[in-house]
Amino acid sequence: MKKEFSTVYTPGSRIRTPWLLLKDMFSGILNGRELAWRLAVRDITAQYRQTALGLLWALIMPLASTLTWVFLNGTGIVSVGRTELPYPVYVLTGTMLWSIFMDALNAPLQDSIASKAMLSKINFPREAIILAGIYKVLFNGGIKIGIIIAALLILGIHPDWHIAFFPLGVLSLILAGTTLGLFFTPIGLLYTDIGRLLSMAMQFLMYLTPVVFPMPESGWVALLFQVNPLTPLILTTRDWLTGFTPGFLGSFLIVNGIMLVLLLVVLLIYRLVMPILIERMSA
Amino acid sequence: MSDPLVKVEGVSKKFCRSLKKSLWYGLQDIAGELVGSNRERTLRPGEFWAVDDVSFELKKGECLGLIGPNGAGKSTLLKMLNGLIKPDKGRIELNGRIGALIELGAGFNPLLTGRENIYINASVLGMNRSEVDVLFDQIVDYSGLQDFIDTPVQYYSSGMRVRLGFSIASQLKPDILLIDEVLAVGDLGFKLKCFNTMDQMLADTAIIFVSHSMPMISRMCSEIMLFESGNTAFYGKDVAHGIDLYYNSFSQNDSVIFASGDGIRHIRTTVPADEHINGMPIVKWMDDLTITSEIEVNKEHKTLNLGYVILDKEQKPIASFTSGRIDITGMQHNDFDMLTIKASMAEIQLAKGVYSVDIVISEDLGYKPLFRAKGVCSFQISDTIDIWAPMRFNARWQVNDTEL
Repeated sequence: MKKEFSTVYTPGSRIRTPWLLLKDMFSGILNGRELAWRLAVRDITAQYRQTALGLLWALIMPLASTLTWVFLNGTGIVSVGRTELPYPVYVLTGTMLWSIFMDALNAPLQDSIASKAMLSKINFPREAIILAGIYKVLFNGGIKIGIIIAALLILGIHPDWHIAFFPLGVLSLILAGTTLGLFFTPIGLLYTDIGRLLSMAMQFLMYLTPVVFPMPESGWVALLFQVNPLTPLILTTRDWLTGFTPGFLGSFLIVNGIMLVLLLVVLLIYRLVMPILIERMSA
Repeated sequence: MSDPLVKVEGVSKKFCRSLKKSLWYGLQDIAGELVGSNRERTLRPGEFWAVDDVSFELKKGECLGLIGPNGAGKSTLLKMLNGLIKPDKGRIELNGRIGALIELGAGFNPLLTGRENIYINASVLGMNRSEVDVLFDQIVDYSGLQDFIDTPVQYYSSGMRVRLGFSIASQLKPDILLIDEVLAVGDLGFKLKCFNTMDQMLADTAIIFVSHSMPMISRMCSEIMLFESGNTAFYGKDVAHGIDLYYNSFSQNDSVIFASGDGIRHIRTTVPADEHINGMPIVKWMDDLTITSEIEVNKEHKTLNLGYVILDKEQKPIASFTSGRIDITGMQHNDFDMLTIKASMAEIQLAKGVYSVDIVISEDLGYKPLFRAKGVCSFQISDTIDIWAPMRFNARWQVNDTEL
């Protein structure tokens, strides 16, 4: 239910009144907070009510991929360069952080598709879906982080005061993931190709980010690693967690600034084109 | 009171029949929206106007019924009013809080309990936690689902889900209420309860109501709009007339024979009349109505019992009458003899409209039918006024024992 006291609908594009659109978007976020919370609690409860392993699922996937890479590296099938951290710790932290990023990236499109029926029948603040997605990523991410930290202590890595900044690093990964995911959501809701392309591209992107491989020192691949905006995010966050002084703090801040502005833009686009999407997908 | 709460001016909406094209146009529309295109909307190949140039106004206390065949554009109009999709032409103005009973129980998660889902659904509809806390008991009482409130919603029947959904949605206090055929699955008791609630809401609300159930429309609405492939075929305060036009838009059903025994043949049943429109006999209200059946009966049958049922356009029986046992032994000479049986009703007081006749022939009352058929003939009652009720009595009126 809308609380506005006079509502006008016309065919013209709302982008011609950008300030009004911006204002609507912010009030959407504000009014949608409680709904977002409810939706997140709903999905999390439902997610765990029908599983036997429950929270364990949050860690099985990253653990499996860590073991794979440790095995590949240990047997010499794949030779990974030298890492300052013990390699298992490097992979474990990398894949955990990457999986948080991927959860954030997939959330906008997945949640929008799952809410199709609601979106096409009820007028509620659309931003609530995105916000609920972020809450869910935070919840699942929190569990993963708890597990990494426990694993680090067992493996003999003792984080120092830098860990105070670590939550900021996680937030930056979620910010980047949400922004990127939301950017593809409108077209992804029309064409399912986008979802598939995205998951393929992301697999490729992972190998251009220091997740399981350390950054190459030279060559054109090194250049790709450097221009990849995710590189400073992953490196800085991992450094904060494992007690190293981050070496890419400048790029980290720049990427976050850009992502924040982009997030606003893609949120606006999401609100702007939702009526067109509903028209095309409405059940 | 005088200012309209809803103002719809020349609203149109186009749709595309093919999915591939529709998606492609969607992409174009997104691009147009992003660059702020203000181009005049015209039909692209494969598109049609799903809603075409619709206008109306609605004030507080008024209820507009939207009727029409499936796919005529009613729900599309409602979606535009609800702000879910944008009009391609025209302008919609709404003053006040908008509530919609379009999808009851939106956001219900089947794994969660009724209690948990009340909070979720209320939140989707824009209520906050403290509001729901206050209304919670009222919602549960209204739904009558006290015993199931901690059961997962996936074990609810569809009727129970609708009950819970309506109980939550009806707690909203909107100025403008949009209702789209939501009560179809509730049981009779709950439907009546819902109507009472809506009647109470109507006093300070403007309601727009989409339904295929004409009894509901006639009960709720103060004005009516009939849709035919996106166009307004009728709009006005004469609800009964609108409903009449709606029924006329469906072609008359042909007769169907259900049982035909040996030794009996139904030739025809007619209603003799002076006037016919498109072959349908027209009888004036308060004239005599005669139904004539011609049947052939062989000599084995000694008695006959003829029964008629008169049905309205919704196929609801209005009147039923039987001849009782007729001794036909003296009337037969050959093996097959034709009998003409007439039933006359003086001063017919059926309301204006089209009626059809079913026939049952048996040997006697309570015997197995020898012949039974639906819609063997139809006739139309003409009258100066439209009413919804099936009968208009020609009453004798008195005031203080003085005849009027």
